[in-house]
Amino acid sequence: MPGTYIPSDYLPVAIIIIFAALVGLGAVVAGILVRPRRPYAQKLYAYESGNPPVGEPRQKFSVKFYIIAMLFVVFDVEAVFLYPWAVAYDKLGIFGFVEMMLFIFILLIGYVYVWKKGAFEWE
Amino acid sequence: MEMEATISLLDMRLLVPELTLICVGLILMLLDLVVRKKELIAAVGIAGTLVAMYGTYKLYGFYNPQAAFAGMFVVDGYSNFFKLIFYLNIILTICISLKYMAIEKASFGEYYALLMFSSTGMMIMASAADLIILYLGLELMALSTYILAGFMRNQPRSNEAALKYFFLGAFSSAFLLYGISLTYGLTGTTNLKGIAEALSTLSIMDNPITYLGLIFIIVAFGFKIALVPFHMWAPDVYEGSPTSITAFMSVGPKAAGFAVLGRVLFDAFAGMQVQWAAILVPIAVLTMATGSIIALAQTNIKRMLAYSSIAHAGYMLLGIIAGTHDGLTSTVNYLMIYLFMNIGAFAIVIMLRREGVQGENLDDYMGLSKSHPLASALMLIFMFSLAGIPPTAGFVGKFYVFMEAINAGYVYMALIAVVFSAISAFFYLRVVMYMYMKDPVKEVELTTSPSMSIALAVTAMMVLIFGIFPSILLNLVRLSILG
Repeated sequence: MPGTYIPSDYLPVAIIIIFAALVGLGAVVAGILVRPRRPYAQKLYAYESGNPPVGEPRQKFSVKFYIIAMLFVVFDVEAVFLYPWAVAYDKLGIFGFVEMMLFIFILLIGYVYVWKKGAFEWE
Repeated sequence: MEMEATISLLDMRLLVPELTLICVGLILMLLDLVVRKKELIAAVGIAGTLVAMYGTYKLYGFYNPQAAFAGMFVVDGYSNFFKLIFYLNIILTICISLKYMAIEKASFGEYYALLMFSSTGMMIMASAADLIILYLGLELMALSTYILAGFMRNQPRSNEAALKYFFLGAFSSAFLLYGISLTYGLTGTTNLKGIAEALSTLSIMDNPITYLGLIFIIVAFGFKIALVPFHMWAPDVYEGSPTSITAFMSVGPKAAGFAVLGRVLFDAFAGMQVQWAAILVPIAVLTMATGSIIALAQTNIKRMLAYSSIAHAGYMLLGIIAGTHDGLTSTVNYLMIYLFMNIGAFAIVIMLRREGVQGENLDDYMGLSKSHPLASALMLIFMFSLAGIPPTAGFVGKFYVFMEAINAGYVYMALIAVVFSAISAFFYLRVVMYMYMKDPVKEVELTTSPSMSIALAVTAMMVLIFGIFPSILLNLVRLSILG
């Protein structure tokens, strides 16, 4: 029957959500009520007893960092795959060898591509 | 709704055209490393596309319906005809972009590879018989097209186009996924045929969520086809992208959008025809009205063609609204004609672009017929065709769409369409008027190349041939759709 469905299976979930919200809110509210509040300029610094902050914390990164990071991930995955293959080399035999060579070959093409495109050059 | 899901390597055979295009794309990227000449890369791209086209034509018969991957992927006349549109789209786009991308200083091999990947996505969409495969194809198409839109990296306009397209495209993907999940939740399957079966047993009145799923799916496709009110991205993206990509985008993704719209509505939601027709009727009226009326105020020709493309999507929608197979035939017929006339018009726009001159304003066309009579005559043909004036194919396309709308009982829709078609004739003919009846104010030089001439000759010829002998194309479409 449409309109009469009560999702009672989700009752524990609802209880958990309400409970979690109450605990979170309770901690914050209790802190506000209990703690003493005596602010002054030094205390309101971002780093209370450190250096005074200079400028914006967000800075522009060169896009090159992302390229390097991406390439690292790609070739790191290769190493991750190579390791279990090397350990189980005896059992995989010639089939495993050919498969792995194919895999490395495909990655090698990618390597040549990024090299030729100049992704490794900083300037 | 459990079905036997055995997938064998043999299923891959139906994917041969798609795999060919993907391989060609990869080869082009590697070729770009060793070959300096972009002409060679373009030639390999065209050759690869022809191989894929051969695969679609000859491998398993053009009209034979066949399914693979547990019925998720079908190859039939409908999908094959759309694939034909996509192949022609790639070839013509490559022809018109060679010299242009060099002038824009954005001539990279990846351009051609991305055209291949994007078109592969469209082909997967056309063949999808399952909402998940459909989504997969859609994303492959969209992600490649976002990059292509921003291909002129040094121009802020192009970057803006890519970002806008990306954000709104991602937004529409979310709509699609939401629609898919609602439909799946109700029917228990993502297979189009399965959805139709499940919907026939459900009472739609008791399950209003079916409407919601349907609406979300239509909204998502509306974004891709640029139907009003989901068209906001189109003018900016079409204006900012490289002109060759504008031509590519206004045909390819639009055709792919119509392919999936047709298949999803006719296969999965066949039982809800009254409902989706009711949704599409106001959308079609709004689309025709907005496209035709706002185009009147444009002075940038790319923007004008963008609004014109929106209006044309409205006309094409009439065939879908009709809800009959003949209606669908007329829409697909219109798409094929639109491919030729639209790419032809953009080819002329590209020819006016040269080193240091944008050539995108209406003023640039002043008195073009005095200095370049042939180019003006071709532009005249394309503009007449877009406006729908008889000896050209544009008239035939509109005629069949309107006729099918009337046959299906939507006489008032046909009337509205005719009125807006008459309004839109103004801005198409204004271009012609500028070319033939105004005096030239400055000297205009055209950038020509052999490939451009071939593309222009082919498009103009097709526009005239299909205009004079409409049955050639229409019979092919009819055979493909009815099988």
